[in-house]
Amino acid sequence: MGEDNQPLSLSRAFFSTLKRELKIANRQRSQLVNPLFFFIMVVSLFPLAVSPEPSILRTIAPGVIWIAALLSTMMAADALFKHDFEDGTLEQLLLSPQPLFLLVIAKVVSHWLTTGLLLTLLSPLLAAMLFMDTNHLSALVLSLLLGTPVLCFVNAIGAALTVGLRKGGILITLITLPLHIPVLIFGTGCVQASVYSQPYQGQLAILGALLVLAIVLAPFAIGASLRISVSG
Amino acid sequence: MWALVKEYYHKFGSPKHFYELTGKLLPWFAIPAVLCLVVGSVWGLAFAPADYQQGNSFRIMYIHVPAASLAMSVYVMMAVAGAIGLIWKIKMADMVAKSAAPIGAAFTLLALVTGAIWGKPTWGTWWVWDARLTSMLVMLFLYVGIISLQASFDSAKSAAKSSAVLAIVGLVNLPIIKYSVDWWNTLHQSASFTVSDKPAMPPEMYLPLIVMVFGYYFLFATLLMMITRCEILEREVRSRWVARVLLNRPLKKN
Repeated sequence: MGEDNQPLSLSRAFFSTLKRELKIANRQRSQLVNPLFFFIMVVSLFPLAVSPEPSILRTIAPGVIWIAALLSTMMAADALFKHDFEDGTLEQLLLSPQPLFLLVIAKVVSHWLTTGLLLTLLSPLLAAMLFMDTNHLSALVLSLLLGTPVLCFVNAIGAALTVGLRKGGILITLITLPLHIPVLIFGTGCVQASVYSQPYQGQLAILGALLVLAIVLAPFAIGASLRISVSG
Repeated sequence: MWALVKEYYHKFGSPKHFYELTGKLLPWFAIPAVLCLVVGSVWGLAFAPADYQQGNSFRIMYIHVPAASLAMSVYVMMAVAGAIGLIWKIKMADMVAKSAAPIGAAFTLLALVTGAIWGKPTWGTWWVWDARLTSMLVMLFLYVGIISLQASFDSAKSAAKSSAVLAIVGLVNLPIIKYSVDWWNTLHQSASFTVSDKPAMPPEMYLPLIVMVFGYYFLFATLLMMITRCEILEREVRSRWVARVLLNRPLKKN
């Protein structure tokens, strides 16, 4: 809060929330690394369970990487509002004079920076482990770059709805999984198109459109859910 | 006119009046439901001509198609009721939304099961990853999510609000899911069947279907009222009129 008792400007409120979230994430490094290892482990189960044959792995690689990314962002989302809810920070956020819309976006952006972005950066390694051709890496990375923030926004809705419950975990997956289907379809579709050496800009454009839609609409749903969870 | 609308608005908003009103309305929906379902199913299953390609197996359509059409409309209705409850804080709308969810899920499941049974003689398999089947499956997932969210809250108020938010989010997502599943299906088209470009049905075939659709909608209205009435009694159990209703039941015949 400023010394002259003026409310913070919107951009300062946004960036100070973002900074706070990132600082907390940086202090809990193990929490930061967990989703990444989960991502790697899920992907490495497929060669063991399906087949280590390069030709098979190559065909399933886009879907496997996308599903693993989806699951690990979802696992990480459980903790998104949990600590803030328990120590009362969430109530302060709701009471603050700044629009909740903006603060929620800041929280989701930090969530994405600490999960989705890192997963995206890690994905070329896994693509190599699944024998994906290096030509298709750009499609994979770009689709994850545009798609994972959408996943984070939708996960945040699920996390906000279940934050007041003792048994949140599997419920988040249950309510958000069906909502993730479009992102999954267009994300994997983008990589598949690249594999079949077709243009994949269309799928990227749709992922971008979904991202814009999520940025515009999801914060309302997240804010409303947080208010319900805190007051209920 | 406006006064009448306002009066009914208030009556529907109050659990007691809703209970009384639906008690009177119930037979007006239950009887047409039974009539339409009996007439439609006997007509469709016994008297409608057999399909020139599918033979008699197409007759499951009379069970399947109305269920599938209801699955979608019940979801929309539930989301709208949830939104009304959320915006105007009307308790009745919350209860209606809560009661609609299991009915919608049941119709979705019925559509999926009958679709699978229909698929066996027509396509040779119980399940194909066809666009319609897949979006119906996603629909079922959405219902399951809402019902399980609804069930995990202790307070009825926050359960209603949270599931209303989720239902609205799902409603916004529904066209996107539908579109993406359609697109995905055209991309992966491998099977050689087509469900979409059926030849136009003769009236002997589609008239029973229309009767069945009406029957299903009446059935839905009847079930919704019955479940909502139970819900009202459960939630308002502490109020005096509920005690009176529960005590008077065996005494007064009505």
